[in-house]
Amino acid sequence: MPLRSENIEKMPREELNKLQSKRLVEQVKRCYERVECFRNRMDEKGLKPQDIKGIEDLHKLPFSYKKDLRDYYPYGLFAEPMENIVRLHASSGTTGKRIVVGYTENDLEMWAECFARMFTSVGVTKNDIVQISFGYGLFTGGFGAHAGAQRMGATVVPMSSGNTALQIQTLIDFGVTVLCCTPSYAMYLAEEIERMGVKDKLKLRIGIFGAEPWSENMRSEIESKLSIKAYDIYGLSEVLGPGVACECEYQSGMHIWEDHFLVEIINPDTGEVLPEGETGELVFTSLTKEAFPVIRYRTRDICSLITEPCICGRTHIKMRKPSGRSDDMLIIRGVNVFPSQIEEVLLNVSGNHITPNYQIIVDRVNNNDTFDVNVEMSESFFTDDIKSIERLERAITEQLRSSLGIGAKVHLVNPKSIIRSEGKATRVIDNRKGKI
Amino acid sequence: MIIKQLSVFLENKPGKLCEMVETLANNGIDISALSLADTAEYGVLRLIVDKPDRAKDVFKEEGVIVSVNSVIAVAMDDAIGGSVKILKVLADAGISIEYMYACVGKISGKALMVVRTDNQEMAEEILKNRGFGQINPADIYRI
Repeated sequence: MPLRSENIEKMPREELNKLQSKRLVEQVKRCYERVECFRNRMDEKGLKPQDIKGIEDLHKLPFSYKKDLRDYYPYGLFAEPMENIVRLHASSGTTGKRIVVGYTENDLEMWAECFARMFTSVGVTKNDIVQISFGYGLFTGGFGAHAGAQRMGATVVPMSSGNTALQIQTLIDFGVTVLCCTPSYAMYLAEEIERMGVKDKLKLRIGIFGAEPWSENMRSEIESKLSIKAYDIYGLSEVLGPGVACECEYQSGMHIWEDHFLVEIINPDTGEVLPEGETGELVFTSLTKEAFPVIRYRTRDICSLITEPCICGRTHIKMRKPSGRSDDMLIIRGVNVFPSQIEEVLLNVSGNHITPNYQIIVDRVNNNDTFDVNVEMSESFFTDDIKSIERLERAITEQLRSSLGIGAKVHLVNPKSIIRSEGKATRVIDNRKGKI
Repeated sequence: MIIKQLSVFLENKPGKLCEMVETLANNGIDISALSLADTAEYGVLRLIVDKPDRAKDVFKEEGVIVSVNSVIAVAMDDAIGGSVKILKVLADAGISIEYMYACVGKISGKALMVVRTDNQEMAEEILKNRGFGQINPADIYRI
């Protein structure tokens, strides 16, 4: 596959590190002068910008947190005056006040370039017709993917999310070859396409899915249902939006665009930087972002990095799919449970009969945690026979117990009864607040 | 004779059964017989209707999980011991019954039994040979 910017994507490591060091020194100086929160944290540590001479000094810098975005809501962390800010995005505030991020003209250029590199790296060309079914609006997905696809010269169909029937009609009528959306929505579309029996009318060949966690099993199910190759992307609004990292054609981890983002893996409890290859919390520093730069931003995503060179020849480091978010992690009866573990079990146990639409409900009754998993029943599994349904239910229960180490009560529920938002699926309902 | 039965997956929640039969009513489909098998968490609703294929499409459009399967419908005497004769024939042949339900039919003096066995072909054959089951399909779908 061709590369969009070979000199950068295949830049020798020493050269790349030099570039990062130069950019880090500038960014730290800039943030110290312009962002009060960062300056205060540096002063508390007795650090001055001149103490940071390169990436080897990165570990000395203070962390930043999601909470900062709430404390300095809406514009308190911006490093540019509003006259230079040309775009705002915000993330839905499921856990309190929403967060706001800003972009300058250069930031938007850089974002589009990151996305364009990604499209190119998975084989999208100017001849492709790209349907963007991420939501357009305050959510970063729609506009981010749009700008990247347009920049590399593909034909963009700015579909946004919602109206499934029209989505499918558009895929067919416009001869769409590339689809961008969340994996849960891709799965939903795939099921609808299967139900309508219109798969033969599709020209789709590539799917680019991200903005929420998904498993390898889900990937293979989407790939086989739609006969496409499905690629994973990673990003978060605080750092840029989707496009921070993405897979290449080899689907063996997501390349982080290291000319723009510095990455570290730390121990989430102690904050210490972990050795290469270990699993911990992902931390990003944005080297080139102007409007809203972050220094050592704690993503809460748990994953590990792959430092071995990639077959594709890119020198930029790869990250594995996050195994969970440290703030998505549930502690149930003292055991750590990630929703992704449950998803794996569901797909394995049912031999891909059950669509991975599920919901975890945790509550506290008489000082004990209750742990319920609702699983949507699927057409392909249903027979007239109660015994086979009971067998399925038992199999899920047993597998969950052996995989998680604690017992869950499994309920098979009506299809589509779990709200499958066209943005992000609500996987966890924790009703224990105030009861602990 | 072998007839079509619809089976529907139902969550145990108030109003779910009502939704299902209402869907059929709104589409002009008449239910001839029904049975509800239940567990603590969910149930399977089994239906004999006058337009089974149409009913299946209607359910599918509504996103209901439905399957169509074959059951045996047999007419029996609407009298004491009427079902004994049939069950005895099956038992003697070593055929196991998975489930059954019955209703009083429109054919004078007859009741109808809907039965699913572990060997449908054999069961139908034996019942036919013994003189059971010669019913007009129209009478079954409109009991």
